[in-house]
Amino acid sequence: MADVTEKAAFRTGPGAATAPARPPARAPRRARLRRGVTPWLFLIAPLALLITFTYAPIANMAAYSLTDWDGVSPELHYTGVGNYTEIFTREDLFRVFFVSGYYLAASAVQIVAALYFATVLSFDVRFRNFFKGVLFFPYLINGVAIGFVFLYFFQDGGTLDSVLGLFGYHSDHAWLGTPVSANTSLAGVSVWRYMGVNFVLFLGAIQSIPGELYEAAELDGANRWQQFRHIIAPGIKPVVTLTVILSISGSLSAFEIPYIMTGGATGTETFVIQTLNLAFRFNKTGLASAAAIVLLLIILLVTWVQRRLVPDDRVDLV
Amino acid sequence: MNRRHILAMVLGAALLIPGCTGTGGTSKGADAKAPDDPSKVTGTIKVLTVRTDLVQDGTMKKYAAEFNKTYPKVKVEFEALTNYEAEVKIRMNTENYGDVLLIPAVIKKSDYPKFFASLGTRQERAKKYRFTDFTTVDGKVYGQTPVGVSPGFVYNKRVWKEAGVTNWPTTPAEFLTDLKAIKSKTEAIPYYTNFAAGWTLTSWTYVNGSVHCDTAATDKLAENDPWAKDADLRVGDTLLYDTVKSGLIEKDPTTSNWEQSKPRLAKGEIATQWLGTWAIVQFQDAARKAGVNPDDIGFMPFPSQVDGRFCAVVSPDYNQAVNVHSKHKDAARAWIDWFTDKSTYGQDNLAISPLKDAPLPAVMKPYEDAGVKFIEVDDSKGARVKSIDNQSETGIYAPEYRQNLVDLARGARKGSLDDFFSDLSERWTEAQKTSGS
Repeated sequence: MADVTEKAAFRTGPGAATAPARPPARAPRRARLRRGVTPWLFLIAPLALLITFTYAPIANMAAYSLTDWDGVSPELHYTGVGNYTEIFTREDLFRVFFVSGYYLAASAVQIVAALYFATVLSFDVRFRNFFKGVLFFPYLINGVAIGFVFLYFFQDGGTLDSVLGLFGYHSDHAWLGTPVSANTSLAGVSVWRYMGVNFVLFLGAIQSIPGELYEAAELDGANRWQQFRHIIAPGIKPVVTLTVILSISGSLSAFEIPYIMTGGATGTETFVIQTLNLAFRFNKTGLASAAAIVLLLIILLVTWVQRRLVPDDRVDLV
Repeated sequence: MNRRHILAMVLGAALLIPGCTGTGGTSKGADAKAPDDPSKVTGTIKVLTVRTDLVQDGTMKKYAAEFNKTYPKVKVEFEALTNYEAEVKIRMNTENYGDVLLIPAVIKKSDYPKFFASLGTRQERAKKYRFTDFTTVDGKVYGQTPVGVSPGFVYNKRVWKEAGVTNWPTTPAEFLTDLKAIKSKTEAIPYYTNFAAGWTLTSWTYVNGSVHCDTAATDKLAENDPWAKDADLRVGDTLLYDTVKSGLIEKDPTTSNWEQSKPRLAKGEIATQWLGTWAIVQFQDAARKAGVNPDDIGFMPFPSQVDGRFCAVVSPDYNQAVNVHSKHKDAARAWIDWFTDKSTYGQDNLAISPLKDAPLPAVMKPYEDAGVKFIEVDDSKGARVKSIDNQSETGIYAPEYRQNLVDLARGARKGSLDDFFSDLSERWTEAQKTSGS
């Protein structure tokens, strides 16, 4: 209702500049109250869910991070910032971030590959819908199932060895045997799994670029690479930025695949696995909560730095 | 996440911090008394268990039906938890964690009275039952296990015979020689680590006590350095290291498979695994399913002798306890007593009985013939060992430390064995100083 009156006021245009901006007759008190309350009524359900399942647990975790709670005992003692001091003074707790390096490198590969496939499939290619399905499919599978499937894949004499054997390459390599090989293999699985999401995001962005731009470019004699360089790349920049942020935070908090496949053995322990072990194996729930908060802060920091370096400016192709 | 979100979060945190750290009530020190008249006990009790297999195939229901012959008015329900420790731990923050449950390893001994109802005094229960000191707090007992277990090597008798070994090895060196004989004379994998499953490797901690036939072994963990020269854990770990180092294990431990290892051992593709008596029944089942002779499954003690005798440590499996908040404590108590004393659960699992006067199960016959000495390690310092373990993040009951040891032995991790042990010692002794009793 308010909208309508305001729009009407605007539509009167410059000629009515002297007219009061506010509608002349104010709505009665009750109506105004109702107008104020209505949006909140709609918001009750989502807000209640958001607070109960997102913010309350985070707040709770922040509270636990200041205690020495073991996760089950009715007694807990306030220890102040003791847990945080411990995290920042114990170098071994941070060493696991080296493992994230593998996933970070993998996500670079993943973004490039996703971009390549999205570009190719945005042009008119035979069976393009089929290929879209093939590329997106891994993301639909449950992460736990993927872990088990790939455990067989990397097994001695498993799928990978058999396939390599078909090509006459008989390796005796234990794929999950050494830290470098294991982390590379695991990061490879993560590329296989998550490339589909990036691909779909890129494809969506590419398809939202108006078709006449390509036509115009073709008339001007631009080849595929030039079209990509000057139309697609600038057109999907915001989505690429978003993907990079997601990839970095994803690499820092890699969990599912290494946890199921190796359980963190052979130098594949990530920060999240370490946190989980602290909480549930050594019953240091307080310290683990602090570690989780630190991870959250690190990801926020990385995102902030990243946004500072690459500002999210509007793209204007036309 | 934009600025508004962060603000909301901070606001939420400020609002919620005081309220939300509540844990279960504090009705402390209740007793679960054994009922006098079985026909008068009523109520529905929920029993939490780790045996998902027995709940699914209806075996637990059969036990309950048997129980109802004595206690007709008690209804027993079962809930099997796959990831028992983690799930129960969270549920124990409330009052609803079943009427009968298995005491999770994470609960501190001193907290037992807050979570469980007492089953009686140690003095009176120790006359009839083994393992009472494992759950005793201030003279009162809080749990009772239905089965006792003993660690040892599960092995394939046929394969060992083919390799020309007929007597159990008596020293770690002899054990290694035997494994080498198996490697050269048979097709079998001499020793299977089950590295990937992880928990299987934790069995190596239970060498504690067997090596020197020492009933005070747990006290030594609490007071001394477990990785000092000739200490139990070091002897066990060194044997594992040497086994791996000599290439006597599966080709790729990282992709080993526990479920497959059972039929493979039964068929003779694997010769040996360090596990415990609890595993025998599973391997025999696997043998039957694979269509091979279950009698090929053998069991032998740790290769170490004191005065010419082997030594087997007997310790409790999970202890059953009564929830202190239970409304039917007498019914819950009746179930525990019946399950421990009268049920066939122990026999069905070929387990060692927790009753002092019960005979050894038939599978332990070779032990009797060989004159193996059975001992119980005193657990009065068990709680302190656990707190040192947590404090130092060593995890002697967790897989990582042995996985690291295996990685070290097969060259996937850099360093020497001595450095590995001295790092463990350092962390352990450091924690001994800082952690309270």
